[in-house]
Amino acid sequence: MMFMSDPRLLRALKTLSKIKRVYLVLSSKGGVGKSTIATLIAFYASSRGVPSGLLDLDFVNPSTHVILGLRVEDIKYIEEKGVIPHRIGLLSYFTIVAYTRDLPLALSGENARNALRELLSIVNWDNLELLLIDTPPGISDEQLELIYALRGVIKPLLITTPSRLAWHSVSKLIELLRGAGYEELYLVENMGNGELRYLVEKQGVKYLGYVPYIKQIEDSIGDLNKLLQLNVRANIDELVSKLLV
Amino acid sequence: MVHEWALAESIILYIKQQGYVNIKKLRVCIGVLQSIDKEILNYALRELAEEYGVKLDKVELVDEYPLLKCNVCGFMWSINPSEISDDVREAIHFIPEAIYAYYKCPRCGSLDYSIVKGRGISEISVDVHE
Repeated sequence: MMFMSDPRLLRALKTLSKIKRVYLVLSSKGGVGKSTIATLIAFYASSRGVPSGLLDLDFVNPSTHVILGLRVEDIKYIEEKGVIPHRIGLLSYFTIVAYTRDLPLALSGENARNALRELLSIVNWDNLELLLIDTPPGISDEQLELIYALRGVIKPLLITTPSRLAWHSVSKLIELLRGAGYEELYLVENMGNGELRYLVEKQGVKYLGYVPYIKQIEDSIGDLNKLLQLNVRANIDELVSKLLV
Repeated sequence: MVHEWALAESIILYIKQQGYVNIKKLRVCIGVLQSIDKEILNYALRELAEEYGVKLDKVELVDEYPLLKCNVCGFMWSINPSEISDDVREAIHFIPEAIYAYYKCPRCGSLDYSIVKGRGISEISVDVHE
């Protein structure tokens, strides 16, 4: 058994290891639609009858509650041997904004690490088939903490756009993940048309598919019914199916 | 059972991982900032010790008072959780770093400060039976 220096990580690993599939949604480049894709995958999976979870670990700019149309006061957790996430149908959802009232939260590296460990160790995810963990953009303390501390229970799901700058940045993330021992890597091309497939597969990363850019997403943010009727639903449903294999 | 259970489970998993299963005394330092209910934590530790096959004779829970230090002006101060409003205290109870959403350095107004001590569970030590 891997020895952990922090007791909280042991419970975090114990809790997460009960979930069939845990994907750590990463992108070293900001603005690629990571939170939107993570939210849609988790929400669509739950709407298909799959018990799913969404954990927003972007402490500085949490946005998944905005996508789901939740006001801070609507988010309710239950205390039971830890904290049971908010429920939207079959979707279990947790975000720090319920504790911060969505006020600005600037955390330095050590504080972010502590908040991550605390949160991962107290949230109880019961009987989920699929958990998406949304992370802040970049490769810094939070990502490193998750990448190294949760090895063995998470699979990295990379999000990028076809932009050369985004791909350049994500290529470095792929290298970092390989160095950390991750063999299975997954990637979604957002706001694209499939043009990255060749480059991604050449790097030995599993290309799950693409989601084309549509303006309709912006207009649907905050409205669950509209989110269910997006023109890209078929694309996201295909991603869900591949992630559930 | 409240979230002290999760904290207790982390502690029991930790001491078991370190190979301690026959403990004379377990000593845990608890940051007062997190407003942990010691009675509940004590109960949860004992229940979980039994569940995980750890013999636990005595539990000592020691308060550690908060000390914060501004990284800009160097000012050091403390916060008494009993003087914090209920909703903010509850937020800090679950995630102590939530404090950064509500408090600034009282001297210079900076958000760049550190919780030097008294944050949460900080020290776990055991005396074992020979």
